[in-house]
Amino acid sequence: MAEATGGGVAKRFLYVNRKAPYGTIYGLESLEVVLIGAAFEQDVSLAFLGDGVYQLTKGQDTKGLEVKNFSPAFRALEDYDVTKLYVEERSLQVRGLTASDLVVPVQVVSAERMAEIMEGQDVILSF
Amino acid sequence: MKFGILVNEGPYTHEASDTAYQFVKAALAKGHEIYRVFFYHDGVNNGTRLTVPPQDDRNIVKRWSDLAAQHKLDLVVCIAAAQRRGLMDASEAKRNGKDADNIAPGFRISGLGQLIEAGIEADRLVVFGA
Repeated sequence: MAEATGGGVAKRFLYVNRKAPYGTIYGLESLEVVLIGAAFEQDVSLAFLGDGVYQLTKGQDTKGLEVKNFSPAFRALEDYDVTKLYVEERSLQVRGLTASDLVVPVQVVSAERMAEIMEGQDVILSF
Repeated sequence: MKFGILVNEGPYTHEASDTAYQFVKAALAKGHEIYRVFFYHDGVNNGTRLTVPPQDDRNIVKRWSDLAAQHKLDLVVCIAAAQRRGLMDASEAKRNGKDADNIAPGFRISGLGQLIEAGIEADRLVVFGA
């Protein structure tokens, strides 16, 4: 599935985010991998499932938690050429959210489509 | 086949490190290559030489160290995750003004690029935990 792009061979990397942004460190440390990985010029996509969709919600206020609000960093992904963000439709719906509640433009996809997206990857990192 | 391994959980609380260890051992026994084992999140705690488990329990850290020595495995601990959690080697301890280091034999500390590289170079990257 790897394909040649420019000088080297790029692999398709998918980062799957399944956990809420705070409460555990997985969301933040997943984003750190994405930002470092962007320098490697691979074909990168991000997926958000389950409570992972909360990582993208607008209006996060973490002052009371005394932890850093890392949601603004998702807006910087475009500068790293990371533009394929997939959000699973049902995960949004059951949490009363729509794409307009999110800090960045995303593609809302069905669970079936998400499965196809996963099928098309070389490397899947799930956090 | 050439495998990359990612361990995302610390020892004892989660089974992820045990399962990763058994997977690596089995893969090596079948003649497969382990390109790298990368430790991230609380997984970095698999690399502290200061663990002292009860004598009738497995020694998870020592098991990794021994396997690394036996098969020249590349065990890499993520530097950013390690710094947060107090896992360091001698040069990191010196650089950060700490009075001790605690990394176990066979482990080395490096950046997240090593994980991406494992994803690129290995035929399969297998994730344990998280």
